[in-house]
Amino acid sequence: MRMRQAVLQALDDALADDESVILLGEDIAEAGGAFKCTEGLLAKYGPDRVIDTPISEMGFLGAAVGAAVCGLRPVVEMMFVEFTGVALDQLTTQAATMRYLSRGQFQVPMVMRASAGAGQGFGCQHSQMLDHWFRGTPGLKVCAPSGSRTAYGLLRAAIDDPDPVVILEPRILYGEREEVDFDRNFRLPLGAAEVVRRGADITLVTVGAMVPVAIEAAKLTSVDVEIIDLLSLWPWDAAAVAGSVARTRRLTTLEEAPRGVGWGGDVVATIMSEAFASFAAPPHRITLPDAPVPYSGGLEARYLPSPAYVANQIDVLVTQGRTPSPWWKETI
Amino acid sequence: MNVATSNMTAARRASLADRTEQLKRMLEIRIVEERIQQLYSEGEVRGSTHLCNGQEAVAVGVARSTRVSDKVTCTYRGHGHALALGVTPEEVIGEICGRTLGCAGGLGGSMHLMGPAVGLLPTFAIVGAGLPVACGVALAARVRRSDDVAIAIFGDGAANIGAFHESLNFASIRALPIVFICENNLYGEYSRINTTTPVADIATRAAGYGMPGIIVDGQDLDAVAAATAEAVARARSRKGPSLLEMKTYRYSGHSRSDPAAYRPTGELDAWLQRDPIALFAERLVNERAILPGDLERLRESMREAVEDAVANVLAAPIPSQDAMLSHIAATAVF
Repeated sequence: MRMRQAVLQALDDALADDESVILLGEDIAEAGGAFKCTEGLLAKYGPDRVIDTPISEMGFLGAAVGAAVCGLRPVVEMMFVEFTGVALDQLTTQAATMRYLSRGQFQVPMVMRASAGAGQGFGCQHSQMLDHWFRGTPGLKVCAPSGSRTAYGLLRAAIDDPDPVVILEPRILYGEREEVDFDRNFRLPLGAAEVVRRGADITLVTVGAMVPVAIEAAKLTSVDVEIIDLLSLWPWDAAAVAGSVARTRRLTTLEEAPRGVGWGGDVVATIMSEAFASFAAPPHRITLPDAPVPYSGGLEARYLPSPAYVANQIDVLVTQGRTPSPWWKETI
Repeated sequence: MNVATSNMTAARRASLADRTEQLKRMLEIRIVEERIQQLYSEGEVRGSTHLCNGQEAVAVGVARSTRVSDKVTCTYRGHGHALALGVTPEEVIGEICGRTLGCAGGLGGSMHLMGPAVGLLPTFAIVGAGLPVACGVALAARVRRSDDVAIAIFGDGAANIGAFHESLNFASIRALPIVFICENNLYGEYSRINTTTPVADIATRAAGYGMPGIIVDGQDLDAVAAATAEAVARARSRKGPSLLEMKTYRYSGHSRSDPAAYRPTGELDAWLQRDPIALFAERLVNERAILPGDLERLRESMREAVEDAVANVLAAPIPSQDAMLSHIAATAVF
């Protein structure tokens, strides 16, 4: 099953299981979605529940807030996460504070799904993860799947959740296949990480499209890497990371984010603070440079961490016992 | 951009005073768009492309009636506008192929063309994003006591985004020297305008902002140029903004992955009957500016010129790693 099909399956099952679920977004009904994540749902559930909107992100994201306050469970598709920019107020300022301001009398059980991330030549205004726009907002949850199974499990859990949830779906993974075995009751708890590879030498914490990169990287190094897929970026599973680091005594993040805004800053600071005695080496972060996403193919391939680059960073860190420089400093 | 290129783009703009050049520029746009589609299937273009074939008269008509010191904000369907304003085919194709010859050095791609020497800001890939920026351009002209104007080019889809309302309102209360140009090609992404917009004519919305709203035949280059010239003159003489609605049509889908299967049968054919290039060529024949056989001859010579540009682009290198890490801030970040 491709990841886009898993998203479609999750939406289909949610619409069938709960009549309060509605979908909103640009070209999601008649056209089935720019990435075909809602194909066929209009015919099955009708135009009152699968709703095409004008190109009016503030309008339909805000409408989701209002519908959610009144008991519906809207799932908004944001075609590219950057399009949230013109609508951010409705999510981070309005949706996120509704419960707080109403002292729990109103809740906003809505989901915003957005395609996100680099690697396909969409240029700097259509290639970012932008989790930092949402992460750390009190009242908002943020997660990102790394394949078909996690896409289904997170989306179903997000739709069930009583609070607003942002799901950043790595666009580059929509077409990726994964053998899956789950039923319609499958959920991944929000805020919980998963260990996707056991290892003894270093804990690599990552999320989204970097998970498959980490798995490939682990095959290219003799270092025994433990890979944790955070799945949720806010709140994130500090206990899982701390527990792993207690065994491996080393930590690196792998982030599809410019260094200055990457979630790894928080992960490293938190784990260092809570488990300082665990560390046998300084914690490390593998990130993007603090630069916009370049269009040209060769540059974008360099911009994103590759398995070979990640493996090399791990080798230097663990085998040579020193902190590697990022590629843009080129002093390795 | 080097001085030679900059001079060339400005010269290309100036040449639009000539009617045959206007026809040639429309042909150039059409051929470049067709070639880009081909380059995409050849694997030379990444991501997405948004072609404007069918809308050439809007691009050339607007360029003809503005000057290089006016500034233009434009959408990601901007290849035609860039070419019309003077950016060279080599720079446009080079950018779309991610090569150093590109107008943004290959860093921007199809959605981010630019031409500072001819007033084109990097094109905006977020729907409606160019309108507020154009208001700022107009404000700057006001502050500097210049008579330059701002041209905001956007699609019918952008007329439903908040920035449209805020920009037209702001421009009107300040009587800013700006011309809002809506290219109504009937489709916002995959949705026909009647499913997203309660009025058929975007121009009628101008009334709500107290500015003129003019409906223009966007397939007629002279009509586009005349309406633009009038609105630009109004802006230059400090009489305030206007909203022009160019009725036009995109022959292709929204982007490269869209076959536009949602279009009603016969709609494309009807618009092809009023092809802007054919209409203008016919007019030039009637004016005896060209001979009946000249259109095909011109098309062939433009095709050769575009092929030369493609050859130069494909022979050019991809940008260096340094390029990716430069121009992030005035002071080097790396």
